[in-house]
Amino acid sequence: MARAISAQRKLITTIAAWAVALIIFFPVFWMILTSFKTEASAVAMPPEFLSADWTLDNYAEVWARSDYPRFFWNSVVISVGSTLLGLVIAVPAAWAMAFVPGRKTKDLLMWMLSTKMMPAVAVMIPLYLLFLKLGLIDTKIGLVIALMLMNLPIIVWMLYTYFKEIPGEILEAARMDGAGLWSEILHVLTPMALPGLASTCLLNIILAWNEAFWTIVLTTTKAAPLSAFIASFSAPQGLFYAKLSAASAMAILPILILGWFSQKQLVRGLTFGAVK
Amino acid sequence: MGKIELRQVRKSFGEVDVIPGIDLDIEDGEFVVFVGPSGCGKSTLLRLIAGLEDTSSGSIVIDGKDATDLPPAKRGLAMVFQSYALYPHMTVRKNIAFPLKMAGMPEAEQTVRIERAASVLNLSNYLDRRPGQLSGGQRQRVAIGRAIVREPAAFLFDEPLSNLDAALRVGMRQEISELHQSLKTTMIYVTHDQVEAMTMADKIVVLNAGNIEQVGSPLTLYHTPKNLFVAGFIGSPKMNFIQGAEAAKHSAHTIGIRPEHITVGDGPWEGVVGLSEHLGSDSFIKVDVAGLGIINVRGPGELNVHHGDRIKLAPAGKIHRFDANGLAL
Repeated sequence: MARAISAQRKLITTIAAWAVALIIFFPVFWMILTSFKTEASAVAMPPEFLSADWTLDNYAEVWARSDYPRFFWNSVVISVGSTLLGLVIAVPAAWAMAFVPGRKTKDLLMWMLSTKMMPAVAVMIPLYLLFLKLGLIDTKIGLVIALMLMNLPIIVWMLYTYFKEIPGEILEAARMDGAGLWSEILHVLTPMALPGLASTCLLNIILAWNEAFWTIVLTTTKAAPLSAFIASFSAPQGLFYAKLSAASAMAILPILILGWFSQKQLVRGLTFGAVK
Repeated sequence: MGKIELRQVRKSFGEVDVIPGIDLDIEDGEFVVFVGPSGCGKSTLLRLIAGLEDTSSGSIVIDGKDATDLPPAKRGLAMVFQSYALYPHMTVRKNIAFPLKMAGMPEAEQTVRIERAASVLNLSNYLDRRPGQLSGGQRQRVAIGRAIVREPAAFLFDEPLSNLDAALRVGMRQEISELHQSLKTTMIYVTHDQVEAMTMADKIVVLNAGNIEQVGSPLTLYHTPKNLFVAGFIGSPKMNFIQGAEAAKHSAHTIGIRPEHITVGDGPWEGVVGLSEHLGSDSFIKVDVAGLGIINVRGPGELNVHHGDRIKLAPAGKIHRFDANGLAL
């Protein structure tokens, strides 16, 4: 009886999981499907599913009309750069919070995380003016700094969680063995936290890659990444859904591939420390 | 060299005085054991000596040099932790080499020292394994290897055997004692296990609530405990304490008699056997004696007494006398 209930429950759970996965995936699927339709077929009502005229013209036109490699390269530089810069700041910060916590460490962490709950638009004007003054508008370094600042609370929080899992005695042993602070971080802490560091990097690269608000606000042409590349296809003359979908598909493809190959690492990293 | 002097060393965490103020001399080459119940401050004291905790006041002098404010790495000490604290991402060879690498020693000399340590500790066949592929005893040996390659002024052991099973613990205990015999380096060893303390130490420091209750050789502590705490802590089963009329006969507030100093047969104390444990080599019995309470008795071999038997006991060894403050008379 118990086994029957268990099997039934398993079936329901599986169906529910598939349903949720399909609902989440459907917009992406529809976008990819649309990218292979003609503009007429893309806006047809009722929507055409299998009867559409399939074409690769959208991709050809998007490629011809814009400098995709430049946008792609900007995305790579901005997402990887902001993540690496974030790590340089977050590793020592998370180390201090995990291994020499003060009375207010938890409050500080919560405060840092709470800044993520603030709507980005609230700081848009001051940040824009600041960047304008510093000559950082439409520069890759400007976006690297902006996105690093946006994601820093998450990087610190994730690294703090991983570092907390490392026994303090091992770091004390390193200190007894003659390691200074940097040797301790370089030779002991970092290699031990490597799975955590890897998943933090991956998640932040994905977050930075997908960031649209700041990349559109703070760039015009030179430093514009793929998110701005997508936006450039929503012309004032109207929306060209098929081309927009093709541009979107081209923009998300690299990160989709990265996510697919690193999904195990990502899941392991995100659930790290959840079960002791 | 490995002479360590503690002068009025005090440690407090916020309002709480964990170590109210300790003076202690540890001579070069001595095997000193800090022993005491959980929370008595023995590990904290070891960590203060190691430099892993800062002293609140007082000074720590190592080989004549004030080391109170020196970081751990500069004190010339090596420590073996309870949890081994090996670097899991490094092989045994790299674990042992780590302190040498940090000291900037040339690789050729590192190799010589690693091979020597591995040979002493029977680790030669495991040098390319990672800690996760070793047994508990082997891991502890690696931790000791990592300590000995540095040729430190003193070794600090923080309950190094408590994660091992009973049989392995006895073996490792002997290995550490033999290591001390061969290296003749100062060793400070923290344990709550008084058998470890009695069997390994040249000198035992009994701690209670952050204070030193007594310092002395194992047999000094056994035969002439300074107070009730030491008398009760050293010896297993613990010493019997008797107050009232029986103590008054000896002009004391409390008298103490070790379980092995009581004979079964004829005697002035009569009682009923409660629990009896027969180990073959020894018998441990608890006897409820009217007017005295429960008396622990340890007899050699197999005592033919069992639960419910009515037996007579007689003190047959030194009777320790204590005043109303618990101090030995």
